[in-house]
Amino acid sequence: MTAANGNGRKDNYLYYPGCSQRATSRAYEKSAKLVGQALGFTLEEINDWNCCGATDYFSVNVLPAYSLVARNLSLAVEQGGTRDLVAPCSACFLNLRKTDTNMGKYPKLNKQVNQALAAGNLHYDPGTLNIRHLLDVIVQDIGFDTIEARVTKPLTGLRVAPYYGCLIVRPDAGYNTEYPTHLDELLTRLGATVVDFPMKTHCCGGHMTQIGEDVALELIRRLVHNAAEYDADMIVTLCPMCQLNLDAYQGQVNSHFNTDYRLPVLFFTQLMGLAFGIKPGDLDIGSEIIPADAALAKIGQEAETKPRQAVRRDKNALPMPSLD
Amino acid sequence: MAHDYNEFNPAWEERTPVIIGLLCNWCSYRAADLAGTSRFGYPATLRDLRIMCTGRLDPTFVVKALREGADGVLVMGCHPGQCHYDAGNYKAMRRMALLRRTLVQLGVHPDRVQLAWASASQGTVFTEMVKNMTETIARLGPLNWQDTAFDESQHKEMEAIRG
Amino acid sequence: MTENRVGVYICHCGHNIAGTVDVEEVALWAAGLPHVAVSRDYKFMCSSLGQELVEADIKEQHLTHVVVAACSPHMHEPTFRQACERAGLNPYLFEMANIREHASWVHPNDRAAATDKAKAIISGSVRRVLELSPLEPLRAPIHETTLVVGGGIAGINTALEIANAGHPVVLVEREPSIGGHMAQFDKTFPTLDCAACILTPKMFEVGMHPNIKLLTYSEVEQVDGYVGNFTVRIRKKARKINTELCTGCGDCWGRCPAKVVDNIYEAGIGYRTAIYRQFPQAVPKYPVIDVETCIYYKNGKCKACEKFCPTGAIDFDQEDEIILMQAGNIVLATGYDLFDARRIPAYGYGRLANVFTSMEFERLTNATGPTGGKVVLRDGVTAPESVAIIHCVGSRDKNYNVYCSATCCMAALKFAHLVKEKTNAEVYNFYIDMRTAFKDYEAFYIRLMEEGTHFIRGRVAEVTDAARIPGEEGKLIVQAEDTLVGKQRRIPVDMVILMGAMEPKDDAKEVAYRFGIGCSEAGFFTERHPKLDPVATMSEGIFIAGACQGPKDIPATVGQGAAAAARVLSLIGQGVVEIEPVRAVIDESRCSGCRICNNLCPYNAIDYLEEEGVSRVNAALCKGCGTCVAACPSQVIQGQHYTFDSLMSQIEGLLYDVGNNQNGHVRVMEPEPV
Repeated sequence: MTAANGNGRKDNYLYYPGCSQRATSRAYEKSAKLVGQALGFTLEEINDWNCCGATDYFSVNVLPAYSLVARNLSLAVEQGGTRDLVAPCSACFLNLRKTDTNMGKYPKLNKQVNQALAAGNLHYDPGTLNIRHLLDVIVQDIGFDTIEARVTKPLTGLRVAPYYGCLIVRPDAGYNTEYPTHLDELLTRLGATVVDFPMKTHCCGGHMTQIGEDVALELIRRLVHNAAEYDADMIVTLCPMCQLNLDAYQGQVNSHFNTDYRLPVLFFTQLMGLAFGIKPGDLDIGSEIIPADAALAKIGQEAETKPRQAVRRDKNALPMPSLD
Repeated sequence: MAHDYNEFNPAWEERTPVIIGLLCNWCSYRAADLAGTSRFGYPATLRDLRIMCTGRLDPTFVVKALREGADGVLVMGCHPGQCHYDAGNYKAMRRMALLRRTLVQLGVHPDRVQLAWASASQGTVFTEMVKNMTETIARLGPLNWQDTAFDESQHKEMEAIRG
Repeated sequence: MTENRVGVYICHCGHNIAGTVDVEEVALWAAGLPHVAVSRDYKFMCSSLGQELVEADIKEQHLTHVVVAACSPHMHEPTFRQACERAGLNPYLFEMANIREHASWVHPNDRAAATDKAKAIISGSVRRVLELSPLEPLRAPIHETTLVVGGGIAGINTALEIANAGHPVVLVEREPSIGGHMAQFDKTFPTLDCAACILTPKMFEVGMHPNIKLLTYSEVEQVDGYVGNFTVRIRKKARKINTELCTGCGDCWGRCPAKVVDNIYEAGIGYRTAIYRQFPQAVPKYPVIDVETCIYYKNGKCKACEKFCPTGAIDFDQEDEIILMQAGNIVLATGYDLFDARRIPAYGYGRLANVFTSMEFERLTNATGPTGGKVVLRDGVTAPESVAIIHCVGSRDKNYNVYCSATCCMAALKFAHLVKEKTNAEVYNFYIDMRTAFKDYEAFYIRLMEEGTHFIRGRVAEVTDAARIPGEEGKLIVQAEDTLVGKQRRIPVDMVILMGAMEPKDDAKEVAYRFGIGCSEAGFFTERHPKLDPVATMSEGIFIAGACQGPKDIPATVGQGAAAAARVLSLIGQGVVEIEPVRAVIDESRCSGCRICNNLCPYNAIDYLEEEGVSRVNAALCKGCGTCVAACPSQVIQGQHYTFDSLMSQIEGLLYDVGNNQNGHVRVMEPEPV
């Protein structure tokens, strides 16, 4: 379980946006910066950064893939020394972290990558930077209590399915990597109702939408179906790739499988912004393909839902174990 | 097959590091026994003796060991809260903190004297500690305190005082 | 003063030492050490011939001190002390040099270094032994009463063995009844004996035994003293029942309106009342009132039990009782905890209704359980048509416990059989390796295979209700890689049983500390020797039995219970125990009465004598840790056998080859950069 004591707060983080933040997931960047402002930290962008190679380049050509990423790392060091480097995109996060780790682990790789970097008068010593995902920074450094205290418009009545994706859950992450719960906890603190979402760490298909559409659509269908089955009003994600796949391909899923899902997919930072009282327009809410407004309209509507019936225990039923 | 400690510090030409270990009877001495039974190898730098409890640790023992030519002293006891005699290890902790400060005043690097814990089942912890300590000492180089702390006349004086 | 004549003996220990250390060379070298009169090497010093060698030399060569360089003193110090004593030498003038565990075994590839180190160790021991003084062991009578902590099958068996030999036993159990985990089981593997049928007579015997004093709903709070003479403080929690009057009729719990989930005996799958008896065969038969859930203690009303009690046995004002007792020996049989399956969220326990723990299933299948022995889903009605049993939940997993819990494979087979017998459901066992060691276990495994149980070799990745295909809808899907087929498999089932690990009790470390024994990192109590002394501990007079020492099944637990009893009986039979005379002694003529030592002593063994103005050590309370010895600013407290001089000499000896300032060169000391 994450410690999340909020003792590690820093004012400024080195920031690697990644290509998506300037294309499909502008809403993520915009909301992340506003949330950072509200919580008192800024994101300092690395100058002249380049693409991380995303999920496919490592499978194509390993050394250039590592060098591509290492270039960003060395630029970050030039700019900020040994500070934390934050990536909001899960694929970027994984690639940056993988490069740093493997350069440290394999001297030969380290040598080769640095030879490549030397062509651009760059150098990177593995271990210099601490590479982190934006969610981790918000949960660990800021802490749940600080976030909860900042909430002015709790997301009461909104049922959300927390979707972690498959890229941030890696061993030694500091939380249960097979069934993480820190996004669940964060959303709970914002006032939302978090539904059980067993597929929370399953793959969204990634770039399979481009090379094997049938596979990708099936993976997306499973996720959307699972969230819908648990009566979620929306899926909340922390990865541009996941958001894009679930949002943009839901229509295709519907026509392919003859289904009728209309589940909006938002970034967790957008929901944080809403709970902090930031205007939906400023958070780029409305830029999603499946509109979230109907779902968001449920916020604060709890009182109107049908009065709760006293749950009567079936006299035969066995007690359920508590989860506390 | 002697270890090449020159790699760490060129001063290791004539001999290898020597560390005196003061091990408590109940946890760390048994951890050392377990390291033996399990055949966990570690550098032959440690020469240990057994005391019933690290609470028995007289700082004089540590100074004596350095004075007699040891390059470092490793005191090991039970984990805090697991002392066989309630809290002897806490007393050792206090004494070691003061002793390390004193040693700095005498010009000795405080890392030459270390306090660590290993329970009777932690043969690996013991082994790792000896390895770490050996590396620390290897980097620091030989102490040769017997050559340096006193000159010959002072030495005789001291012997006389000690009787 | 007679001349010092030290005998040094270098043991080959077969190849264990001689294979690495040049023993002949060491023996030749040791002969040249000051005061060494005899130096020999011998194949096995611990053999009777080796011991006779020492004895003969003591007599013929008039040895005054003996050093045996061999294994750890924890192995053979007593052996050679006895040899010395037989030859008329005070056993405390003997010293063991540990050149096996601390030299030959840890430097196997470096003969020169191991030989050098052996020399240094021996040099230290020779210097030390010369400083030792003859001592007499302290002798203490053994108190006849034995304290047994824990009333599961291990404690029950220990108590009965000792009591049947005619000696008094106090059996302390935390819960309201003895019986432990075994009382929760329905059947036992591999014979499918009814657990209650074989356990109840033993529980009854404990309850009736004239030599056993049973203290249930009680906990040991404090232990002082030493072997033969422990003082134990026990808190007997208030049952709120006057047991003199109570007949155990059951009118009270039949009328109690407070129904709560029973997380202990029913493993959370059944209910009990606030005033309750754990199970019908409970020993003793009296109920207890659970103050936490009783309505009267919440709002001052109710008292239904009092109204209906025919004998007026309810006593709401009863308070905890503190019992002080003396015991000669203590046996800890505190058992285990079942792994909390919620720690692996991917298996869904607590989220998915029809995921059960092994203990829940035990209760489900038990005729006295909440369903009367019917195997049904969480709805209490539906019988499962397919059941998955997941092995190694929390065992053999570096995220939780690396060890094998030893019992779960067999318990899983038992469950598979019971499921088949009661529901005819398909049963899938997901295992890593099937471990069915011990008598008749493999035959049971074969029988289960013949019964048609499916075995899938693969660690389960997840249990989920997220269906992918119509056949999975409404089921729990167990996904695992079948490593025999090399394929991912998804098996839809109605019920999942998690075979949780056996873990140390959650307070095992505190208990170990309270009783002064060691425990592993996980929290299992440490035995004196893993093979040859499995029920004794490092603390004399304190023994361990059953699953508190490590995961084990009922036969092994019962065996350890009897073994612990045998060890206790042998001590009681001796009547007197010899205790190491390692004690602190204050030279009162030189004590300044500063009283620094008084507060340092963990046992309050140092008294300040107002009249004399000095401190004095109470030898009966002192345990010889030496804390006061090191702290005395006047160095007038002597730690017997670990005296200042003996340790200083040992340090000199250990450094015999480095501390000579051989080159005579004197440098000016430059402070080392920090």
